[in-house]
Amino acid sequence: METTTAAPRVNMRTAISTDAAEAAPNADAKLAPKLRVRNLNFYYGSFHALKSITLDVPEKRVTAFIGPSGCGKSTLLRTFNRMYSLYPEQRAEGEIMMDGENLVTSKQDVSLIRARIGMVFQKATPFPMSIYDNIAFGVRLFEQLNRGQMEERVEWALKRAALWEEVKDKLGQSGNSLSGGQQQRLCIARSIAIRPEVILLDEPCSALDPISTAKVEELINELKNDYTVVIVTHNMQQAARVSDYTAYMYLGELIEFDATDTIFIKPRFKQTEDYITGRFG
Amino acid sequence: MINEASPVSVITLPTAAGADKQIMETRRGATPPRVQQVKWMDSAFEWLTRTCAFLVFGLLAAILVSLILGSTQTLEKYGFSFLWTTDWDPVQENFGALVPIYGTLVTSLIAMLIGVPVSFGIALFLTELSPTWLKRPLGTAIELLAAIPSIIYGMWGLFVFVPLFQTYVQPLMINLLGDVPLLGALFQGPPLGIGMMTAGLILSIMVIPFIAAVMRDVFDLVPPMLKESAYGLGASTWEVVWKVVLPYTKIGVVGGIMLGLGRALGETMAVTFVIGNAHRLAVSLMAPGNSIASALANEFTEAVGDLYFSALIELGLILFLITTIVLGLSKLLLMRLARQEGRQT
Amino acid sequence: MSGNAISVISPANSVYRARKRTNAVMLAVSSLALAFGLFWLVWIIFTLLYEGGNALVRIGLYTQMTPPPGADGGLANAIAGSLVMVGLGTLLGTPIGILAGTYLAEYGRSGWLASGTRFLNDVLLSAPSIVMGLFVYSVYVAQVGHFSGFAGSIALSLLVIPVVVRTTDDMLKLVPGSLREAAVALGCPTWRMIMSVTYRAARTGILTGILLAVARISGETAPLLFTSLNNQFWSLNMNAPMSNLPVVIFQFAMSPYADWHRLAWGGASLITLAVLALNIVARVIFRKDY
Repeated sequence: METTTAAPRVNMRTAISTDAAEAAPNADAKLAPKLRVRNLNFYYGSFHALKSITLDVPEKRVTAFIGPSGCGKSTLLRTFNRMYSLYPEQRAEGEIMMDGENLVTSKQDVSLIRARIGMVFQKATPFPMSIYDNIAFGVRLFEQLNRGQMEERVEWALKRAALWEEVKDKLGQSGNSLSGGQQQRLCIARSIAIRPEVILLDEPCSALDPISTAKVEELINELKNDYTVVIVTHNMQQAARVSDYTAYMYLGELIEFDATDTIFIKPRFKQTEDYITGRFG
Repeated sequence: MINEASPVSVITLPTAAGADKQIMETRRGATPPRVQQVKWMDSAFEWLTRTCAFLVFGLLAAILVSLILGSTQTLEKYGFSFLWTTDWDPVQENFGALVPIYGTLVTSLIAMLIGVPVSFGIALFLTELSPTWLKRPLGTAIELLAAIPSIIYGMWGLFVFVPLFQTYVQPLMINLLGDVPLLGALFQGPPLGIGMMTAGLILSIMVIPFIAAVMRDVFDLVPPMLKESAYGLGASTWEVVWKVVLPYTKIGVVGGIMLGLGRALGETMAVTFVIGNAHRLAVSLMAPGNSIASALANEFTEAVGDLYFSALIELGLILFLITTIVLGLSKLLLMRLARQEGRQT
Repeated sequence: MSGNAISVISPANSVYRARKRTNAVMLAVSSLALAFGLFWLVWIIFTLLYEGGNALVRIGLYTQMTPPPGADGGLANAIAGSLVMVGLGTLLGTPIGILAGTYLAEYGRSGWLASGTRFLNDVLLSAPSIVMGLFVYSVYVAQVGHFSGFAGSIALSLLVIPVVVRTTDDMLKLVPGSLREAAVALGCPTWRMIMSVTYRAARTGILTGILLAVARISGETAPLLFTSLNNQFWSLNMNAPMSNLPVVIFQFAMSPYADWHRLAWGGASLITLAVLALNIVARVIFRKDY
């Protein structure tokens, strides 16, 4: 039943843009946002993929982006680490403020931005090298560590990714020799090793079996103690399990952003409710 | 009754009465004539295609056999010593393959040493650095250049490159590098313009578009997610290519290089014009020499005497064996890459 | 853990700066490589147009025969001979190539003949063309006792076959299985399905393959050296030595005569233009349909 696609949109803008950060979290009072997105527009060529997105990603919490296919959640995620800069026909306009700097227009070398914001992809992408070198790859980009220090760092990263026990005896083996779930945790360890401030996860469990998925979700729960985590998922139950805040998107627009509990129990907008309850999508 | 209007031919039974008769016959266990005809044509067609496949399959073997048969005289006379004898005296009827083999290998080596890095640079540019609007035209230009017949390279080499090389570059090489210990031995002798170095350089120019195109195709196979993972950690373009793309595609890259090598080894026209056609084994690259293909091109039609012919054909046999092995290995490597790709996706 | 994460990832980081320099240098080197490669090739094309351009516009090139040294002339007999031999070579090689490629794609999904043929075919594709010439010499010319245009055509057809087999195989494999199944479901016999459905679906690709094969053999010299040889005069007798552009170019260019050089450049430009035109046409046709 076609209801209120027009009205809530107007309400949503006024509702979110002014008071999002303050209105949303019930448990944490005034949480500092790590990433403040203001009026972000994104284009694939002439296709307007993201329309005036405004939201605050709170620090050291897990924020989930959910929505039906094509709603722009991955697109939004990929703007945070400027991944779109690799492709000339993709461009962004607006603000993504991190530590007072607008990532969209920053004159800084984009590789420095990317080193501070890590990313894990839908499919595990181990580099064609040993497990040890996979982890060390990122570290070597910025730090000159001697053998002992590097081994320490590799061990630390693998422990934090809950992979150390499984691979500690085969660090010299190729990254491809691991199972799918292990490979994905390797990629997470690889991102952690350079100690970013934000970790972006783009449907990290979509290619994994339930057991590996559970392990990764447990991992995410621990990671938020040290990092700001943003996860894109098409699995609503996962978002409900894992995240503190959830943003629901539809056709390139941010429909609702709130604490996960609020979104899933008592969403503000009917559109959100329709998606959550499975009436469409 | 074939319906020509539609792309699919439909077999229709003739008439109702006739159909009854045919169905009756089928029920009695006999095959209706129409189906028999179709079966026959199916078998005939399949037989035809299989025969042609056999022809292709057997062609390589046929070439090998004919070359062996054609060189029996020198095979019997010299045996393996043919491979390391330097004589080439049609008058005294003394033949040895070392000089042409040496020339073939040296010119191809020079071509690879120069051609591979340059091709790599071009492939890198095409896949990572080139602005989108430039990618397609540049890629097409490279592919068209790979299609230019080699006789063009030979002619240009002889008429344009050789005089300039002789006047400006060779004296420089000889003066600068001739006195270097060990390496200097490669740069001795008068600047003739022609010679093995020249042939190697012309060959490298010829081989570059080919290897660059293969490398570019292989680099394009890398999944974007893998590259993005590396960029996502803060790696620079060079690092992504050198540390991720190249290791990922190394089987294909090696296969492509060997493909280029196979072509360089067998190249006739680009080399014949400028190599000097001299049956002398010289260490210096500035000296004239011979490659198997150029020896054949220059001497085959003038050869007199069975032994001379046999020697030349044996040269052809050696070349055929070398290139077949190189090309076979390259094909195996490229097949391995294809299987790896299949597993990944 | 040691070190403050934030301060490590900064523009002042020395490791980072060294890497940035390396990156800039290697990317510059790569661009130089591109310039280097293109420089020679542009120079060659330019020389070709310059030297050959003069010869190409003279009508005599197309109407007069190849001259003895010192005399003026053209390349008419060579052009004619090349056209005939390329045409005949294509005519001989294409059907075999298409049929063999059909076997590979339609009948031989598994089995030793198909995979073996594919492998050997690809080796043949890049094999030295001079060896093909030797082969035809040994099995045909030596037996018959004289060079001939026919022998030249056979040698060229042996070069056409691998190209056509490869492209036919690839193009037929691209035809979706659903198309074949639809035909068979209607009761269409296999041979008819292949001819009416699969070939028609892949015809653009197969045609492209043929054009590329023609482009390839148009410039080949080595296989003709020992098969068709050359002929000073106008002759369309396939059973006798036949004049052709590549061998004429070879002969004239290696000679010390300036007139012959001029004609050689003209012939070279002609071949190159033909080859490039064929390639471009093949690409345009291919792109329109795929």
